[in-house]
Amino acid sequence: MRRTLVYSPCGYWGISMVEAIEKAKAIEIENLSFSYPDGHQALKNITLTIYLGETVAIVGPNGAGKSTLLLHLNGILRGNSVVKIMGLPVEEKNLKEIRCKVGLVFQEPEDQLFSPTVFEDVAFGPMNMGYSEVEVRERVAQALKWVGMSGYEGRSSHHLSVGEKKRIAIATVLSMSPELLVLDEPTSNLDPRSKGALTKLLKHLPMSKIIASHDLELVRVLCPRTVVIDGGVTMADGETTSILSDYSLLKEHGLAPED
Amino acid sequence: MRYSFLDQFSDLDSFIHRLDPRTKLVSCLAFILAIVLTPPGRWQVFLGYFSLLLILIIISKVPVFYVLKRSLVILPFVVLVSLFIPFFKEGEVAGSYNLWLWQVSVTYTGLAILGNVVTKAWLCVLGLILLSATTGITDLLKGLEGLGIPRVIVLILSFMYRYIFVVVDEAMWMRQAWHSRSFGNKGLRQIKTLGNIIGSLFVRSYERGERVYVAMLARGFDGKVRTLHSLTFRKADFYCGGLWFILLVVTGVFLW
Ligand SMILES: Nc1ncnc2c1ncn2[C@@H]1O[C@H](COP(=O)(O)OP(=O)(O)O)[C@@H](O)[C@H]1O
Ligand SMILES: [Mg+2]
Repeated sequence: MRRTLVYSPCGYWGISMVEAIEKAKAIEIENLSFSYPDGHQALKNITLTIYLGETVAIVGPNGAGKSTLLLHLNGILRGNSVVKIMGLPVEEKNLKEIRCKVGLVFQEPEDQLFSPTVFEDVAFGPMNMGYSEVEVRERVAQALKWVGMSGYEGRSSHHLSVGEKKRIAIATVLSMSPELLVLDEPTSNLDPRSKGALTKLLKHLPMSKIIASHDLELVRVLCPRTVVIDGGVTMADGETTSILSDYSLLKEHGLAPED
Repeated sequence: MRYSFLDQFSDLDSFIHRLDPRTKLVSCLAFILAIVLTPPGRWQVFLGYFSLLLILIIISKVPVFYVLKRSLVILPFVVLVSLFIPFFKEGEVAGSYNLWLWQVSVTYTGLAILGNVVTKAWLCVLGLILLSATTGITDLLKGLEGLGIPRVIVLILSFMYRYIFVVVDEAMWMRQAWHSRSFGNKGLRQIKTLGNIIGSLFVRSYERGERVYVAMLARGFDGKVRTLHSLTFRKADFYCGGLWFILLVVTGVFLW
């Protein structure tokens, strides 16, 4: 397996190398299985390590278990084995810190934008983190600037286009300055132009990213590494270029048209 | 689909629009109280209150016709509820009718009560329409919170406002799907389908609720609700609120 170590901007200089490598693991998942209460097993023995600074695509057909896996990254679902985020085990006592580090953007912005105005939605995270009013306002302004939506503070989200909603949804987690950005199908329901703009936006965000998608175009542009899952099982893990050129693998897992 | 039928004129700009939502809420409440406390039959007082409200509507630049049209929507309910009062109230008989087997009679006191109920309800509704036409929902919610309404209730109201559009959209899609599949089906079958639609609308809303809760958890929600306070109570609010209160009392007392 390919391993790249990219140090985050804040850096770990001065810490011993062993510790640095230990810290630089953003996500450690070992033999994770998960069944929904109705008995349906959505994840089977997933093992996955992701390093800080990486951008990784998780691809797979509908129902593969992508969303289920993402929900394990900040402790909303918990399976049989303990997931570690930045070295912290995902447990009750660490939840607050982990949810601060992992920004999860859901597939449907309608679910993520639940406040009457854009400002309140973007401010929701920082407010729960307990920042002061001045700091919350600063963070909201900064997050909206990042996604190119400054000036939308007072708008209500049901009056926005789908593309704008997606951007605001991303801003709602950027305002918490996460170290890890997790996006569930960011380009679903977007027209080509909004998709292009969103891809560009994501490319410019500096933090580690995990993107669940079956939009291979997006994966090719954004993610050097790709993990294929199907039926809750890891099918492949490696460089995007080699995985995306393996036509039979893609076809087998419903990612390329049958012909 | 986009709707803004709930607070259609709230982004106009007028003196009234610029008042603090708390001032408007309390003034509206005072207005309703004054009306409710006025004894039946004091038509001059009701007329006085109506004129006061009319002046506010004119100041607020909200079209008078819109307010009147809006207020009619509520009348069927009031009338339906109070329609039978004249028939059951005892007193001097105003008229007596033979309806097939029954003899029904209408009394004067009954009629007076009917007039009273309808007038009061209508005036209150006018006040509320003016409030919602001059205050955006967000400000209204902030105002409620500023007045000490528990945050949870305010939150529920805000979710209601946020998702009513989403649910209406879902209902519309389902209705379209239903219509495009069910031509020719009449009567009982149709009612059964309608039941299914309502059922699945309920399930969808429930599931949406769960997903929204998860999205809240993901952003650090721990059951405690926090807000930033951004309302400013200005001098103008103080004077206007005071003036309104005095006007209400004066109208009530002098036209008694
Ligand atoms: N709340 C749930 N209860 C039961 N089964 C579920 C639930 N959510 C998802 N599933 C099932 O788990 C599997 C994986 O779903 P999901 O993670 O949403 O897939 P993906 O995001 O890759 O499309 C699917 O077979 C789905 O039917
Ligand atoms: Mg999914």
